[in-house]
Amino acid sequence: MPEKDVTLSLKGCVRGAMMCVPVFPGIIALGAVFGTVAAQKGLTFLETLLINSLVFAGASQFVAMEVYGDPLTWGSLVAMVGVTGAVNMRMLLIGASLRPWLGRVPAYQSYPALYLLTDLNWLLALSEYGKGERDWGIYLGSGLIVWSVWSLAVIPGYFAGSLIADPKAFGLDVILPAFFAALLIPLWKGKRQTVSWLAAGAVAALTWYLVGGYWSIFTGAIAGAFAGAYLDD
Amino acid sequence: MTDAAFSADRMFVLAVVCMAMFTYALRAGGYWVMGRLPITPRVRRGLESLPGAIIVSTVLPIVLQGGLAVGLCLIVAAAVQVRLRKEYIAVFAAASAAAGLRAAGL
Repeated sequence: MPEKDVTLSLKGCVRGAMMCVPVFPGIIALGAVFGTVAAQKGLTFLETLLINSLVFAGASQFVAMEVYGDPLTWGSLVAMVGVTGAVNMRMLLIGASLRPWLGRVPAYQSYPALYLLTDLNWLLALSEYGKGERDWGIYLGSGLIVWSVWSLAVIPGYFAGSLIADPKAFGLDVILPAFFAALLIPLWKGKRQTVSWLAAGAVAALTWYLVGGYWSIFTGAIAGAFAGAYLDD
Repeated sequence: MTDAAFSADRMFVLAVVCMAMFTYALRAGGYWVMGRLPITPRVRRGLESLPGAIIVSTVLPIVLQGGLAVGLCLIVAAAVQVRLRKEYIAVFAAASAAAGLRAAGL
């Protein structure tokens, strides 16, 4: 069966951006909380914008702020970079799984676009690819809109302190995991997924109990990929 | 707004640049390596299994940490998705369930 060509259109970008709308409340709440944390830690407004928009990786920013101290020493600089790398290690796997999709896009387009890679636009792009979509505007548009919303959300949080007193009371903290859980459903095809997901879940839970932190994403994902790879049809 | 708000410590900027570069190396690195590996059927099956495995490994620790209320909300999201296949309804149902469960003190 000949593969359809991978294309890029404004329509695809807009569609990708629109698909992110349901998770806006979750992104805005998380970004605002980061702004508040940054203000409490004594970052200037410019510093807050820089770290938030340039690093653009929510969980790792929070963890980095835990090891931040003013004045910033070389030791804590290395610690900030180290924990960021540890939390974002999963990006290696996420990027790898996009290869079949973006691999047919010219490198001068795909490599800059990978700067916008997050769990969210990765997952949207992959689930659309699974449905036969070949317009990579889905990836680009969702990445751009999430970056924009994330970059702006930090501002009210920085100045207004805790804008939403308790995001949990409104269920805002479950929006992103619920979105992930929902997007997992169409990925299930049969025995291979069952085995792979059980392996991933078991290893992730074990890692979480033993080590804690974010390593469970990495170990679980690798276990699931191996289980899927070595289960013959 | 004062000038101080728009100042930035030089060490801090260096830290941010290093964090951003490291993160970009991870974002692009896995993709780059996969372009250089021969995609055998086994590698392809592994790649195809990655997305689901990553989601399971991301969500499960959140449930373990968040307890019963978070677990129930994600079951609600999954159940809505199985029946309706509409992500935004699934997300809305889960957030409402979370708000309700917490108002009830769970």
